[in-house]
Amino acid sequence: MRPIIYLMALNEALQQEMERDPTVFVTGEDVGQHPPMGVTLGLLQRFGPQRVVDTPISESAILGLAVGAAAAGLRPVVEIMFLDFLFVAFDQVINQMAKMRYMFGGKAKLPIVVRCPCGGGYGMAAQHSQSLEAMLCHIPGLKVVMPATPYDAKGLLTAAIRDDNPVFCLEHKKCYTLPGDVPQEQYEVPLGVAEVKRPGSDVTIVATSYMVHEALKAADELAQRGIDAEVIDPRTLLPLDMDAILASVRKTHRVVVVHEAVKFCGVGGEISAQVAEAAFDALEAPPLRVAAPFSPVPFSAPLEEAYLPNAQKIIDAVSSVVQARTE
Amino acid sequence: MDIPREKLIEMYERMVTIRRFEEGAAGLMRDARIKGFIHLYAGQEAVAVGACFAIGKDDYIASHHRGHGHLIAKGGDPKNMYAELFGRRDGYCHGKGGSMHIADLDLGILGANGIVGAGPPIAVGAAFAAQYKGERGVSLCFFGDGATNQGTVHEALNLAAVLKLPVVFICENNLYGEYTRQDRHQTVKDIAERAKAYAIPGVTLDGMDVLAVHEAVSEAVERARRGEGPSFIECKTYRYFDHQGVGNGAADRPAEEMEEWRAKDAIVRFRRHLIQTEALTEAEAEDIDRRVATRIDEAIAFAEASPLPTEDDLLTDVYA
Repeated sequence: MRPIIYLMALNEALQQEMERDPTVFVTGEDVGQHPPMGVTLGLLQRFGPQRVVDTPISESAILGLAVGAAAAGLRPVVEIMFLDFLFVAFDQVINQMAKMRYMFGGKAKLPIVVRCPCGGGYGMAAQHSQSLEAMLCHIPGLKVVMPATPYDAKGLLTAAIRDDNPVFCLEHKKCYTLPGDVPQEQYEVPLGVAEVKRPGSDVTIVATSYMVHEALKAADELAQRGIDAEVIDPRTLLPLDMDAILASVRKTHRVVVVHEAVKFCGVGGEISAQVAEAAFDALEAPPLRVAAPFSPVPFSAPLEEAYLPNAQKIIDAVSSVVQARTE
Repeated sequence: MDIPREKLIEMYERMVTIRRFEEGAAGLMRDARIKGFIHLYAGQEAVAVGACFAIGKDDYIASHHRGHGHLIAKGGDPKNMYAELFGRRDGYCHGKGGSMHIADLDLGILGANGIVGAGPPIAVGAAFAAQYKGERGVSLCFFGDGATNQGTVHEALNLAAVLKLPVVFICENNLYGEYTRQDRHQTVKDIAERAKAYAIPGVTLDGMDVLAVHEAVSEAVERARRGEGPSFIECKTYRYFDHQGVGNGAADRPAEEMEEWRAKDAIVRFRRHLIQTEALTEAEAEDIDRRVATRIDEAIAFAEASPLPTEDDLLTDVYA
C-alpha cells in the first residue's frame, strides 16, 4: 500500500488489466494523445495506437464500436469525456448494449466498461456537471459503479473490466485528486458489495460518490454533538447491496440517503422505498434524502454552492431524523 | 466473375428460400398464428444473397429491422427463425427477440435491429475486432435508404474510414424510408455519392441483379481484407410487401412503379440466367423450388410444435 490519487488508481487499474489481458483496449475522444482528465495518461506510449484508440467526436460510433468489438470477443474500455455527453448516444446504451444479451437469447456477451467523469463543483455549468446515474440504473442489463476512494476506484474498475456485462464507471471530478492508500498489486472490489465507511449506531447515512466524503465530514461533526452516524457507501448502484443498507438501518433505526443528483426520481428514492418496504418496523423516523434541487446545475459560484449537497445539509437532515426519535 | 456452378445453384436456392420464408411468414401473420411487428424482405433477396456469398463463416454481418433475408443468406435455419417468430423456445432468441431481433452470434450475425441506423456503428466494432486480432475478417453492414439520414450512419462511416476498418457498408435503397419516398427524405438520388464525404469508394448498382451485387461486394471485401479500408455500395432494390406487415404497400406507392419493379424480379431473372447459361435445367430449377417449399413447410411445423417459454425463463439472460 502507498498513497496515490484517485485518477492514478484508475490509471493503474487500466495499465495492469491491459498488461494482463491483451483483449482489453481503451478508446474515446483524446484518450491517447491528450487525455482530458489524465486517467489514460501514458497508455498510448505504453500500449500503442492499436490498443489506445483516439476517436472522432462521435459518441454513438464510439459506443457502437464498443458493442461490436465486445460481441466479437474484445473487452473495450470506453471513456465518454463527460457523463453529460453519454446522452448524445443513448440508443447504443439503452437499446443495444443493455439488451443484446437478453433479446438474442443469451448468446451475446458484452464485457464493456464505459467510464464517465460526472458531478459538479467546478463551474462547468449545466452540460458538463450532471449526476445522471439514476437514468442508467433504470435499465436492466447494465451495471453502475461510483467509486468514492482511490482504493475503490482501482478495485471496482478492475472488477468492471473483468465482468462480462456492460458496466458504467462514474467518476466524480472532485474525487480525481483525492489521495488514498492503494495496493500496488491487482485486486478486485466486487461489484454489488457496499462498504461501511464509518461504523456508528445512531443513524445510517447512505452516501454515493463524492458525497461519501461530505458524509464522513458530517459524521465527524455530528460525533462532537454526541450523534454516532454510520456511513455506508453502496459503491455499486446497480446491482444495489440492499442487504448491507438494511442491516445498518435495523441497527440504527434511522436513515438519510445522500447523493449529488437531483432528488426527484433519484437513487435515493429507490433506497428509501426499499428501506420502507423491508424495514418499516425498524424505522423510528421517516427516511430522508439529501440531494440536489430540481434544476439544471448552475454556473455562478454562489448558485452552484447552493445547489450542491454538502456536509452541512447532511447534518441538518440527520439532526431532524434524530430529533424525530426524541419527540 | 467466375463463380462455380455449385455456388450459383446454392445462391439461387438461398434466394428462393428467403422468398418462400417471407411468404410463409406473411401467411402466418394473416392467419394470426404469429403476432408482433414484421418487416418482410421479399423483393430484396439479391442484395442479401449476393453480399453474404462474398464472405465466410467467420465474418460478421449487422442487419436491420428487415432482417430475415440476411439471416437466411448467412446460413440461418428457417426452423429456428420461424420458432422465433412464433415466440418459441427453439427460436434463435428463445422467443425473447421476435422478428426484429433474430440473431445468431455463432453465425457471425450481430442482429437484426429494431432501431434504424443502430447497426452500422456495431458493424464497425466487429470490423475493429477483426483488425485488432490481426485476422483477415470483415464485416458487412446492411442498412436502408432511410437509415442514411441517421447521424449514426455518418459517424460509423467516418470512424471506419479514419481507422481504415475492414467493413463494407451496403445500402439497400428500396426507395422508401418507412412510407416516405426517397425524393421526399433526402436530396441525393444516388446515396453512394455520400461516400465521397469520407474519401472511400462508393458505387451504385442494380440491386435486383444478384451477380452484380456479388461482384461489387466481393471486390470491396477483398479491398477490406487487404487493409485498404471500408467501401460503400448502394443497391437499388424494392420491397414487395408494406414497410411493416403483410400488405403490398399499394396505399403509398404508385401501381406503375410496383409493376415496373416486379418485372425486374431478382429470382425470376437469376433463374432465367442460370437456365440460359446451362448452369441449371428447368427440371432442376423446379426441383429446387419444390425442395425449398417442403423445407419451409417442415420449418413451420417444427416451429409451431416447439414449446413456449415459461415464466421461469423471464429473468434469465438479463445478465451474463
